[in-house]
Amino acid sequence: MNSHEHVFDDRTPGVEEHESTASYLSYTVGLALAIVATAASFIVSQTDLLWPPGIPVGLIVLAFAQIGVHLVFFLHLGSGPDSTNNILALAFGVLIVFLVITGSVWIIANLNTNMTAVPMQ
Amino acid sequence: MLGKLTWEAIPFGEPLPIVSGAIVGLTILAVLGIVTVKGWWPYLWREWLTSVDHKRIGVMYVCLGLVMLLRGFSDAIMMRTQQAIAIGPSQGYLPPEHFDQVFSAHGTIMIFFVAMPLVIGLMNFVVPLQLGIRDVAFPVLNSVSLWLTATGALLINMSLVIGNFARTGWWAYPPLSELAFSPDVGVDYYLWSLQISGIGTLLTGINFVTTILKMRAPGMNYFRMPIFCWTALASSLLIVAAFPVLTATFVMLLLDRYLGMHFFTNDAGGSQMMYVNLFWAWGHPEVYILILPAFGIYSEVVATFSGKALFSYRSMVWATLGICVLSFMVWLHHFFTMGAGANVNAFFGIMSSIIAVPTGVKVFNWLFTMFRGRIVFTTPMLFAVGFIVTFVIGGLTGVLLAVPPVDFVLHNSAFLVAHFHNVIIGGVIFGALAGIHYWFPKAFGFTLDERLGHASFWCWLVGFYLAFTPLYVLGLMGMTRRLQHIADPSWRPLLLVAEAGAIVILCGILCQIAQIYVSIRTRERRLDLTGDPWDGRTLEWSTTSPPPAYNFAVLPRVETIDAFWHMKRTRQPAQQRAYKAIEMPRNSPAGFITAFFAVLMGFALIWHIWWMAILGFLAAIAVVLVAGWSVEREQEISAAEIAQMERAR
Repeated sequence: MNSHEHVFDDRTPGVEEHESTASYLSYTVGLALAIVATAASFIVSQTDLLWPPGIPVGLIVLAFAQIGVHLVFFLHLGSGPDSTNNILALAFGVLIVFLVITGSVWIIANLNTNMTAVPMQ
Repeated sequence: MLGKLTWEAIPFGEPLPIVSGAIVGLTILAVLGIVTVKGWWPYLWREWLTSVDHKRIGVMYVCLGLVMLLRGFSDAIMMRTQQAIAIGPSQGYLPPEHFDQVFSAHGTIMIFFVAMPLVIGLMNFVVPLQLGIRDVAFPVLNSVSLWLTATGALLINMSLVIGNFARTGWWAYPPLSELAFSPDVGVDYYLWSLQISGIGTLLTGINFVTTILKMRAPGMNYFRMPIFCWTALASSLLIVAAFPVLTATFVMLLLDRYLGMHFFTNDAGGSQMMYVNLFWAWGHPEVYILILPAFGIYSEVVATFSGKALFSYRSMVWATLGICVLSFMVWLHHFFTMGAGANVNAFFGIMSSIIAVPTGVKVFNWLFTMFRGRIVFTTPMLFAVGFIVTFVIGGLTGVLLAVPPVDFVLHNSAFLVAHFHNVIIGGVIFGALAGIHYWFPKAFGFTLDERLGHASFWCWLVGFYLAFTPLYVLGLMGMTRRLQHIADPSWRPLLLVAEAGAIVILCGILCQIAQIYVSIRTRERRLDLTGDPWDGRTLEWSTTSPPPAYNFAVLPRVETIDAFWHMKRTRQPAQQRAYKAIEMPRNSPAGFITAFFAVLMGFALIWHIWWMAILGFLAAIAVVLVAGWSVEREQEISAAEIAQMERAR
């Protein structure tokens, strides 16, 4: 990992100088958590462990947990000073996804209510 | 074996596509012939086709954009001529069948294969130089992006001779673009060429976000970056956020067309309105992907040729970032009339007016930069001033169209056509031309002929007003867009004026071709030996023209905005420096070969030649993987070599 160091001493911020030593542990924990979240989703959807109308909510919660696990353990999104860019990029991404999804839902729902109902034959 | 492809795909019976196709084919053959006879292949292959140097890639992007501009412009002048002739009893020379293909191809080509390559090409050439670094973050990926874009351009041009192009307009709205109503290959050409080039664009966006966030010269913090880098960053962020939406939308339409699914059909629960919605959720940010870097170019040009620092740098940055976010909140204004209620229309109408505010901030910044400046009217500066006037008019008609009730009257009319040409020609194309004139000496080491440059500018400006002011009037008179035949003879005078405008723009293009020719012939007299022909302000002017492969022998230390201006004012002449070895990426044929297989794949998918599609896909992936895992990707330029090259300057 450090073989290029001598060449890059003229280089700019951002070239990673060293890989985190804890990465094996972090990937293993991440994998385990991801598997747990995945398995839990299947269990929740296939059994009546949860109150049936609550199943979608449960799945949404698990989906967000899954996203969180991926971000923290695989994409190494932390609170350190070097991940400011990543946090900002994530925030921008979340904002755009939010805008596009809520906007689309709002627009299409509005269009649907304004459509003349055509009886299905 | 060959899917849907038979000899009938080639329209032998129709003179127009066959003759134009033959001319294009012969030109290509002639160029290839000259290259072969002169023995230029090894040079081309080594220095250009396999180059991963951001400067070379930028130049190739711009060349692609300029060549495709000729194609898109010939579509435009064909349509103008048709509308000038086909009035009353006359049917003109283009049957509806062809006219529909021409306007679809014109829009698609001008947006995706003219405006995008010009903007991305200038970003490629300029951003690393302005940041004071040696290349972009992922040089080989950059080459892949270029060649995938070229793949899309090639596929769209193939449709001229083999089969046909979409007759759906450049948005390809369903249900018209669905299999039931467009059963031939036209829409498939459209979809696959845009899918393939769209991947290239997305990779460019990722590359530039990474480059600008992670690789800047020592000392260059965010608020010391030149404005063009800021706009390139905003534009790249928009690419990363918006292009996946387009890709996903096209994937759904492709599934409808290829596998009989029903995302956008009216039956089985599909919603064609969802396509319109998603298309413009990409489409509106796309407008700003194009215009923001153009704003950056104007900022550089205006500051340089006024001899002053840009007025209110910070407000320019915040206006850029504000537009970047707001551009995702206005997309419904492209379909006010589709049937949404008053609440929805009012919200998006108001947002569309609000986005004009940061743009207005920028206009005032440029005006105040020029105020009391020592203005030098070079060609790029003329384009910048012409832009400010033209763009304000285009922006105001845009604000007008952002009012939903007005839009109900004017939508789909020639007024709208005039509006968006006003902002795209007056904004993006003028910006790209200003940038090309401005950075040409940096790229090639000699300046462009100013006399022909001025002539070309005046032709573009006058031609633009002649061609599009009549369309505003015609739109208000009730002329809809995309008319193959004009029923009302009273529109004839204005249509003739518009035709004259298109011819004046043609003169502008011819002036530019002459300008490039003359400048190359007289380059000995116009050499730029200083590297700083315009008394520039930013780091790209601190190295030689053209810059060495490694851009800067020693990375510049940045202490202020307008870093080079500051260095020129404060620093002593450069003393003997200690050079260190520089590691540079090696050339790689990965981009070119990937694109070759991508062409095979795209063509095969369009014609349902499944074995070839699978082959092309697997080969393209294999090439990328091999390139990705190769170890010998860098080479070192030793300190002695650098010292030698630097002494030779």
